[in-house]
Amino acid sequence: MFEYCTDPKLIEGFQWWSCYLSNGKHMSFYFSFLVVLSLLALTVPFILLFGFTGALARRSTFAPFRWFGTIYTSMVRGVPDIIFFLFVPIAMDQGIEVIRHKIKCSDWPEPIRQGNDFVVCTAAKMPLSSSAQWVHETYGFMLATIAFAIVFGAFAANTIHGALGAVPKGQLETGAAFGMSTGQIFRRIHLPQMWVYALPGLSNLWMILIKASPLLFLLGVEDIVYWARELGGSKTARFAYPHGDWRLGYFLFLLVFYLFLTWLSEKFFDRIMHKLSRGQNTAAGMS
Amino acid sequence: MTFTKLLAGAALVALSATSVIAADTVRMGTEGAYAPYNFINDKGEVDGYERELGDELCKRASLDCTWVTNDWDSIIPNLVSGNYDTIMAGMSITAERDEVIDFTSEYFPSDPSSYVALAGADASATKGTVAAQTATIQAAFVAESDATVVEFATMEDTIAAVRNGEADSVLADHAALKDIVDASGGALAFVGEDVSIGGGVGMGVRESDKELRDKFEAAIASMKADGSLNAMIAKWFDGRKAGY
Amino acid sequence: MSCFDTFTSYALRSIGIGERLLPKTDFTLCDQVVLIGSGMIWNVYFAVLALTLGFFFAVSLALGRSSENPVFRIPARAFIFVIRGSPLFIQFFLIYEAFVLIPKMGWDIHLGFIEITVETKWLTKAWLGALITLFLNTAGYTANIFYGALRSIPKGDIEAALAIGMSKRQIFWRISFPTMLRLAWPSYTNEAIFLFHATALVFFSSFPAWRQEGDALYYASYFADKTFNPFVPYPIIALYFICFTLLIITLFGYMNKRLNRHVAPNN
Repeated sequence: MFEYCTDPKLIEGFQWWSCYLSNGKHMSFYFSFLVVLSLLALTVPFILLFGFTGALARRSTFAPFRWFGTIYTSMVRGVPDIIFFLFVPIAMDQGIEVIRHKIKCSDWPEPIRQGNDFVVCTAAKMPLSSSAQWVHETYGFMLATIAFAIVFGAFAANTIHGALGAVPKGQLETGAAFGMSTGQIFRRIHLPQMWVYALPGLSNLWMILIKASPLLFLLGVEDIVYWARELGGSKTARFAYPHGDWRLGYFLFLLVFYLFLTWLSEKFFDRIMHKLSRGQNTAAGMS
Repeated sequence: MTFTKLLAGAALVALSATSVIAADTVRMGTEGAYAPYNFINDKGEVDGYERELGDELCKRASLDCTWVTNDWDSIIPNLVSGNYDTIMAGMSITAERDEVIDFTSEYFPSDPSSYVALAGADASATKGTVAAQTATIQAAFVAESDATVVEFATMEDTIAAVRNGEADSVLADHAALKDIVDASGGALAFVGEDVSIGGGVGMGVRESDKELRDKFEAAIASMKADGSLNAMIAKWFDGRKAGY
Repeated sequence: MSCFDTFTSYALRSIGIGERLLPKTDFTLCDQVVLIGSGMIWNVYFAVLALTLGFFFAVSLALGRSSENPVFRIPARAFIFVIRGSPLFIQFFLIYEAFVLIPKMGWDIHLGFIEITVETKWLTKAWLGALITLFLNTAGYTANIFYGALRSIPKGDIEAALAIGMSKRQIFWRISFPTMLRLAWPSYTNEAIFLFHATALVFFSSFPAWRQEGDALYYASYFADKTFNPFVPYPIIALYFICFTLLIITLFGYMNKRLNRHVAPNN
């Protein structure tokens, strides 16, 4: 980045640090923070969507919806996310390629599964082999987003289901006494009041989601933990910037990043909670 | 953008054909965490003996190649799944791996595994607690011997274990350890005798990809014939004589 | 080896009892199911102990957090903040590095009729070091859930208790604590499940596996590596986890019913 960086062996002190912290690898490290933050931002709407669907399905009077809701929330919550992420993206990836293969190469003579191998015609590969690396990485990123949304949606469904049940019955009965329809009661009374009870659980879920982002590494996405490990490991003289085991330093930096993100999130949730608690008949509403 | 529009857009992208007519690009998979075979240099690019060798082989086989990194544990399943087309990651040719994928002939001779301990330790360090990386052939070797095996997630952790006394010694590939022993400034040293586990290093390809394997096989043979392979090995491995 | 032989040799392999060498070739489905099942012993051990001990610590933390006295409130708040603010992976790493620095020595504890030697080197072993990390982790998250629940207790209940003339202590044990548990229970069930699932990460992070004794995911990865086929061991471990999670959900469900027994049903 700077002119004196061409031969790192000749510089020391502040100059060495300025070159080291701005080398190509570190740029990838800084970029990966953006990748992590965009994953988090992109998954939230999907998580809420899956969460509400699951919770409403579970409360439904129509039995098949209820079964679907219960199975979704129980089974997906039943598998540790690390295993889900080791398994589902490969399965989804292969599934999409099989569909594309059937559409594009319907006259392909050979079977798709040859022994251990999974072979589809070149035009069906997703993404194509000739696409740039960033296309592959974005695709992997999208698969990761969907996998995260499915897993965390099940947990959100559980919290929302509990919150819907925690709204005091009296509130709903009052709405009925006023002559409101079930839909009106739900929209005007049940749903807004539910948020107060759902927020502690949902905010917890958000915190867990932030901390689950290192699992991106399992999906081949180069996230911040991957780069911290890679950069922190001791480097011999073969590298331009040799150093000892600096993982502690890099991990402390990650710790500070995560704590900062948590602090921001807490401020945000506190604000919302305060607003929603106003006028509520709870201990928090007393203030 | 409403959700339905987003979904429709995604479906469209998945099903549409991106019309790129280019030479079939061969994707070379590597790990990027095993100097000097393959590592990520300070510019953030894949570098090392295998990078240089792979580029040369692609040139000789007239193929257009790009490099991809993948975590070691899933490197074979992802090859088999079609995420990339070859593996050049310091992978020894073993019978069990050969059952699942195909290998070209070796492009690096079989590397002995060595024990490293704190300077001043004697050979008994190889019989006590030995650290190894999880799921490596070295870990399996130590498990079968009389020593107690301690498995760590990364190579870095195994070396740290020897330094802080958690383990008496570490067993790993000689070439990978040599760099570390040299850089330790006398704190670490080789102990005991080398053991020979695993065969030479070769390039992995899918069993159904016979044509690709033949192309690379021919390129490797031509590099052995004109001595350029020996020269490359000597360059990356401290003047080591490979004898091809 | 018949399936029965496999079971007798490997069922307790994860705690060191049984055949010393793991299977190397000709893997049968029985091998995988038994060995991965044996690994679940570690996961259950971590989950049960961390949750139980963590529950009590979490209640004290939640009370501390909602206390008016800054001597209790500020440390509780800081602890909960740091724990919830950092990924488990980093917590494992930092705690392991810290434990490794502690000098290795033992103390003898005389308990009257027996004498035990407590060794600090146990801290770097997964059975203690990772347990401590998981314990601290779950206490932090649970304390936050309990704190949120404490703040959601209906005002009317507390005012009624005061009107009747209950003391502060009585109000806590008869009103606040049961109501807090009731309101927190669905989210606490979630946390219990997360903790159980997080136990799978122990041997993927800094804590090493000694003598190839590891948890279920350690053995599942072993098989995935050796057979190069992830489509068998991972669904097996997923099924084990689903079964145990359903067990957790059922047990917590009974508790939920009991906690809500005085509340009018919803529909």
